[in-house]
Amino acid sequence: MGTHNHHNDYNFSEQFKFAGIAKILSLVAIVVGIAAIAVGLLSSDHIMVERTYANLLLMGYYFTCVCAAGAFFIALQLVTQSGWSAGMLRIPQAMASVLPIASIVLLVIVTLGLTTHNLYHHWHAEGLMDPNSPNYDSLVAGKSAFLNVPGFLIRQIVFMGSYSILAFILAKLSYNEDLAGGLHSYKKSFKLSALFLVIFGFTTPIWSFDTVMSLEAHWFSTMFGWYNFAAMWVSGLAAIVVILILVKKAGYMSWVNENHLHNLGMLMFGFSIFWAYVWFAQFILIWYSNIPEETVYFYKRWEPEYKPWFWLSIIINFVAPLLLLVDRDAKRKSGMMLFVAILLLAGHWLDFYIMIMPGTVDAHRGFGFNEVGIAAGFVGLFTFLVLSKMSKHALAPKNHPFLQESIHHQF
Amino acid sequence: MSNTKYILGSFADPDDLMHGIDKLQANNISIYDCFTPMPIHGIEAKLGVKPSRLPIAAFVFGALGTVLGFSLLFYTMAYDWPMNIGGKPSLPLPNFVPVTFEVTILICALGMVATFFFRNHLFPGRAPRVMDLRASDDRFILAVDARENADHALIDNLLKEAGAVEVKYNERKYVSYE
Repeated sequence: MGTHNHHNDYNFSEQFKFAGIAKILSLVAIVVGIAAIAVGLLSSDHIMVERTYANLLLMGYYFTCVCAAGAFFIALQLVTQSGWSAGMLRIPQAMASVLPIASIVLLVIVTLGLTTHNLYHHWHAEGLMDPNSPNYDSLVAGKSAFLNVPGFLIRQIVFMGSYSILAFILAKLSYNEDLAGGLHSYKKSFKLSALFLVIFGFTTPIWSFDTVMSLEAHWFSTMFGWYNFAAMWVSGLAAIVVILILVKKAGYMSWVNENHLHNLGMLMFGFSIFWAYVWFAQFILIWYSNIPEETVYFYKRWEPEYKPWFWLSIIINFVAPLLLLVDRDAKRKSGMMLFVAILLLAGHWLDFYIMIMPGTVDAHRGFGFNEVGIAAGFVGLFTFLVLSKMSKHALAPKNHPFLQESIHHQF
Repeated sequence: MSNTKYILGSFADPDDLMHGIDKLQANNISIYDCFTPMPIHGIEAKLGVKPSRLPIAAFVFGALGTVLGFSLLFYTMAYDWPMNIGGKPSLPLPNFVPVTFEVTILICALGMVATFFFRNHLFPGRAPRVMDLRASDDRFILAVDARENADHALIDNLLKEAGAVEVKYNERKYVSYE
């Protein structure tokens, strides 16, 4: 339809300049993070070391999840042939390009945690699988066909490796499109995206069983994978929203407007409700059937040291976006969207905290320099890597076949 | 003057229709309504159509559904004949969530459809009121109230200048009964 034949004069080749306060702050945050890790790991207190590992796992997993959600976003847009998002694809593409680094960081953390017995000690300890040992645990031994060290590490490498390679190629194809033009890159990325979604969809639940659920190896939930996927997708969308709003505030990407924000807001709103849905589906079945081997998970989180946080997570991740984003105009206001996106990013940190801490440090959980410092360090690392990547390419995929559609996107 | 009630400009292209709206508005001619076979972006803003109040109806019906669903469960499961299922308390609130939620959605959706039909006079057996039959096919219709706007020649000119394929002078508001 030709109803939009007004002319636009956007500069699609403009490039983000990563300098000034953003660069200084992210570098400072990285230094704070390194200091927190050093203080934690060099501590003579065994619990402090374990707590540092738990926090490293939390942030390493969160970092990988957000970058993987960037890749998932690109793949989803390509497979559904969505036009609205074309103008802002460079943000998730930058996140996807960082996924290989995030995967390596997480792999180092889980490998070190496993070998030093600071993580996964519920299923990786001396004599657990040996019927003659006093440590013999028949439940864990029964799971050893799946839950063993070589299998665990091979799965980690294969899963994260395949996400990383495909994410990196998807971003690369789009950067090449800027130079070459034509539909070659688009068609190729369409096929790769379909492949990525199939691999990602089938393996992320197993990946989260391995990385997070196996911390409490006696317990299992088949909903856990989708629960983690919902958390990953919401936090990825929130990260895209934060970057988009701040980059626009700095005067870039003038072709992205409140209509695109509205779409992202709807996704964030909808998937926050999906998160609550999956969370509740997991909870109600365990609550209703009341089988001790399943309820142990929630009893641990019902202890006084976790209970307030357990409720706070539901308020931040479900009630807050429900009430704050339900209004149409709220999704179009960058101030409100920025607030909710930052709230959700903090909320899903808490969500992962409640998933990870009871299986690692248990009653010795804490909230102090260790938690804040390591979180700040990873946020700094993410910001530094993603913004550096964004500054290397034009901010719009100027030869993307749907770019015009994206500019005229309207609600 | 004549018995003309409405002047209809019939356009073959939505761009021409939008152009026509601009021209009439520039000459202070009030537009009664537009009828198009598919949605056109930006036309509501141009015509100054107020946002729909359907969300308010949705909220009211949703709240009604929540109350109905919860009352049903409370009456049957906890009040009239308290049930003991799996040793749970007779007021097992987490169990009530799915049903209450479903009834909320059901009443909300049915209520919204009913409100929409009521507001648009779409009842079973009701002859549809249509000002131009081709507005649901391949034409974009711009209707002007002929009694409010006296200068019919000017309207005719402006519509044709904007690209109207046909200008009709209707003595009846709706043509669909004929």
